[in-house]
Amino acid sequence: MNKLQNFTKGFFKENPVLILALGLCPALAVTTSIENGLGMGMATTAVLIGSSTIISMLKKFIPGNIRIPIFIIIIATFVTAIDLTLQAFIPSLSESLGLFIPLIVVNCIILGRAEAFASKKSVLNSMIDALGMGIGFTIALVLISAVREFAGTGALYGYPLFQLMGIEGFKGSIMMILPPGGFLTMGLILGFMQWNKIRKAKNTGGK
Amino acid sequence: MDFSHLIVIAVSSIFINNFVLGRFLGICPFIGVSKKLDSALGMGMAVIFVMTLASTVTFLIQTYVLVPFELEYLRTIAFILVIASLVQFIEMFMKKNMPSLYQSLGVFLPLITTNCAVLGVAILNIDDIALIGQHFNFIESVWNGFTAGIGFTIALLLMAGIRERLELADVPESLKGTPITFISASLIAVAFLGFSGMSIM
Repeated sequence: MNKLQNFTKGFFKENPVLILALGLCPALAVTTSIENGLGMGMATTAVLIGSSTIISMLKKFIPGNIRIPIFIIIIATFVTAIDLTLQAFIPSLSESLGLFIPLIVVNCIILGRAEAFASKKSVLNSMIDALGMGIGFTIALVLISAVREFAGTGALYGYPLFQLMGIEGFKGSIMMILPPGGFLTMGLILGFMQWNKIRKAKNTGGK
Repeated sequence: MDFSHLIVIAVSSIFINNFVLGRFLGICPFIGVSKKLDSALGMGMAVIFVMTLASTVTFLIQTYVLVPFELEYLRTIAFILVIASLVQFIEMFMKKNMPSLYQSLGVFLPLITTNCAVLGVAILNIDDIALIGQHFNFIESVWNGFTAGIGFTIALLLMAGIRERLELADVPESLKGTPITFISASLIAVAFLGFSGMSIM
């Protein structure tokens, strides 16, 4: 697999949230607006790149039996660093993501990449893989939050689209911002992916 | 020690802020282990057990280690390490001394380490001051862990019951499997949203 494929596989083909169904908790919890989704995606990407790089560098020194606790310590270190950075420089984002910043540490995507990729491959490849997977995670989060923000408030990234177009009186369904909307959006997006897969399989089968 | 606080905490963490359906904590096991009622019950019991113990231990660590030595910024690292080793320890202890319980709960224990509900309840015990207007004390923290585990189990059992029926239902092909599970979860979450109108203080 060349480096470009390694980089882009996380975007759609092996998207961590939409295909592999990893890291669902933050994908549902913080995606009430694009701003939050983007912030969470970028924080997770930063942790993922840091931890994958360090784990890949140390792979020869980490004993196999206790690798999981060591991975967790390395990941937790980066999560703490990101947590403190956000509190210092972007307090508003830190407040709206709240509990879910320390919870990046138990995001299965990060431990999954450490176990499946970074502990076996070279440092450069691990960094590329981490960046690709992080972007894939961010894409999924932005997609879910765009649907929820638009349906819930009629705005995208804080811009009230309907009012800008001169349409007055649009009231979003508040349900989409609340927990049920998260589950519903996720279900419909996964359903769309499955529909697309079935359609493609039928097309190639018919030829 | 105010007894009414315990009732407020119980109602809040079981119904109003149900960990799965209100706070989105522990979605992975909620989707992954809810195919059969038996395994859902086993997972739920293991989660109640670990959450109660984790709440106990992390509260003691926060109060007697992190705060006196001004190490609060190490909270995430300390808590996840403690939870991971606690789960490992419980697994080894159960395997040796309670083989029958290990048979039913053991397989779920490794999954719980990376269950965000456990770390989530540990952090909430320390951070949550909105619910009763002050920080939780020791008993309230342990109680919060226990009731949050019960809330998780209730959500898991509801989902498992529905999924066992869904097996027989005529679902559109594109929605089979995970998508319809999420949509059903959405409907259960609507029901639980009804509780948020309750005023309990």
